[in-house]
Amino acid sequence: MTDVPMVHADHIVKRYGSHEVLKDISVTVNRGEVACLIGPSGSGKSTFLRCINHLESINGGRLSVDGDLMGYRQRGDKLYEMSPSEVSRQRADIGMVFQSFNLFPHMTVLENIIEAPTRVKGVKKATAVATAFELLDRVGLAHKAKAYPAHLSGGQQQRVAIARALAMSPKLMLFDEPTSALDPELVGEVLDVMKGLAQSGMTMIVVTHEIGFAREVGDSLFFMDGGVIVESGDPREVLTNPKHPRTQSFLSKVL
Amino acid sequence: MDPTTEPIKAVKLRHPVRTAFAVVILLLVVLFVWDAATRDAYQWPLVGQYLFDRRISQAAVVTLALTILSMILAIVMGLVLAVMRLSDNPVLKVVSWVYLWIFRGTPVYVQLVFWGLLGTIYRSVTVGIPFTSVEFFTISPFSAIDLFWLAVLGLAFNEAAYMAEIVRGGILSVPRGQDEAARALGMSWRQTMLRVVVPQSMRVIIPPTGNEVISMLKTTSLVTALGFSLELYARTRAISAQIYATVPLLIVASIWYLLVTSILMVGQHYLEKYYGRGVAPQREPEDDPELPETETATETTGIAGGNAEAVPPPKREHQ
Repeated sequence: MTDVPMVHADHIVKRYGSHEVLKDISVTVNRGEVACLIGPSGSGKSTFLRCINHLESINGGRLSVDGDLMGYRQRGDKLYEMSPSEVSRQRADIGMVFQSFNLFPHMTVLENIIEAPTRVKGVKKATAVATAFELLDRVGLAHKAKAYPAHLSGGQQQRVAIARALAMSPKLMLFDEPTSALDPELVGEVLDVMKGLAQSGMTMIVVTHEIGFAREVGDSLFFMDGGVIVESGDPREVLTNPKHPRTQSFLSKVL
Repeated sequence: MDPTTEPIKAVKLRHPVRTAFAVVILLLVVLFVWDAATRDAYQWPLVGQYLFDRRISQAAVVTLALTILSMILAIVMGLVLAVMRLSDNPVLKVVSWVYLWIFRGTPVYVQLVFWGLLGTIYRSVTVGIPFTSVEFFTISPFSAIDLFWLAVLGLAFNEAAYMAEIVRGGILSVPRGQDEAARALGMSWRQTMLRVVVPQSMRVIIPPTGNEVISMLKTTSLVTALGFSLELYARTRAISAQIYATVPLLIVASIWYLLVTSILMVGQHYLEKYYGRGVAPQREPEDDPELPETETATETTGIAGGNAEAVPPPKREHQ
C-alpha cells in the first residue's frame, strides 16, 4: 500500500481554449514528501496545483491521488466522469491553502474551521470545536477563535486558513503561493507553521517563491516554465547547480 | 507663539451663502404650510375624520399583505432565476433570459390586466392527447383563484425579473476565491451556495431589495387593473367617490403609505446591519459558554462601510 505514490501525474495537459497552459507534465510525489514548485508567473504551476484537486479539469494524461484517479473512474480502458458529489468527496481529503487566504469573512475563525468538518464529514459540533482549538493552538492563534478574519493580519489569516484545511484531516496539502500576499515581516510565521507540518510527516505540494523554504524543507523541487517542467530533482542540488539555462537565469534573478 | 500640542483655538469659518439659503428655504416652507393649513380645498377636518377610518386601516393591512407576500414570492423566484442564469446548463440559462425579457420588457400595468383576463382567456382547458379525440378532463384553472392571490401572483411575477438581476449582481460580487475555498474543502455546490456565497451576497442584495419592497408597496396601487379593489388606494378612491371629496382622501392615503414605508425602512436598517457582520464595523463577540475564555478581539479595523458598494466584476485568477 505504501508504495502507491500520494500524487501521480502522468503526461498532464491543460488547455484554456486553444491556449495550452500545461504541456505534458509528469510529477510523482511520495507519501510524506514535500515537493516544491517554482517558476515565473504564468508558467502553469498554480494551474497544475488546481488540477490535483480537480478545481480545474485536465484535458490529457492521468492524475491520481493516493491511487485514485481524480474526477474520473476507469472501467476497462474507458473513462467515466464522476458526479459532483463524488468529486467533492475526493476533495475533502485534500487540503488547499490559497495565496489570498480565502477565509469566509462572514464567519468567525472558529466557525471557519468547523464549517467543513461538521457539514461535509458530519463530525459532531463539540468534537469539531475541540479539534479546532487543538489546531488553533498549533498555529498559535487559540486566542483569536472568536475574531472575524477582517480583524486579523495577513499572516494570522493564512495560519487560520492552514488550520481550516487541517481540520478535514487531509492526506495531502496543497499550498498555492501561501506567502506571496503577505508583508515581508509576516512571511516567517507562516513558513514556520508549514515547516512544523512538514516535520510531522504531512505530504505537501508547495507552489512558492520562497527559495529558502524549498532548500530547507523540500524533498524535491520542480522548476516549471511555459507549461513544462524544465528541471527537477533534489532542491539543494538544483538550486546550487542548475543545469538548464532557463533555470539558471530564473534563479539568478530571485536569489 | 510657539506651537504646542494644545488643541487649536480658531475662529470658525463663516458660511454666509449657506445661511442665507437656509433662511430662504425655511421661509418658503413656512409660507407653504401656513397656506395649506388655511386653504379650504384640503378639507383638513375630513382628513382627520377618515385617517383612522376602519375601512382605510383595514385596506392598509391588505396593502401591506400584498406587498410582503408578493415580495417573498418574488425573492424566491428571483433567486431561482438568478441561479438558473448563472448555471452551466444552457437550457436553464435561456429560460431565465426569456423570462426576464418578457416580464421586464412589458409594463406591470399591462401584465396585471392580463392576469385579470386569464380567467376569461382560459375559461376551459382540456387535457388530452393532441390530434386525437382522446380527452382526459376539462378544467377552468383560474376560476378558483381569489382576486387577492391573483394580484399577489401578478405583482410577484413582474418583480421576480428585477429581483433576479439584483440577486445575480449580489452573487457575482462574491469573490471567486470564496467559492473555490469552499469546494476545495469538499463542500457540495448546494452547501457552497447556501453557506458561503449567498450569505455574503446578502450584503449587496439587501439595500436594493429594500428599495424594491418600498417600490412594491406603491405598485400595489395598480392592482385595480385586474379588478382587486380592497387595497389602500382603491379603497380611498371609493370613499372619496361616495362623499365627493378627492383631495382629503388622497392625503389620507399618502399618510398611510408614508407610515408603512417608514416602518419598512427601520426593518431594512437592521437587516443590513446583520448581514454586514465581519465586514462593517463590528459588534462585540457574543459570549459562547462552550468556549474557553479568550481575549476579546474588537479592534475595529474592518473594511469600512459596505452597504451600497458597487458590484465588482467576477474575479478569475488563473495563471
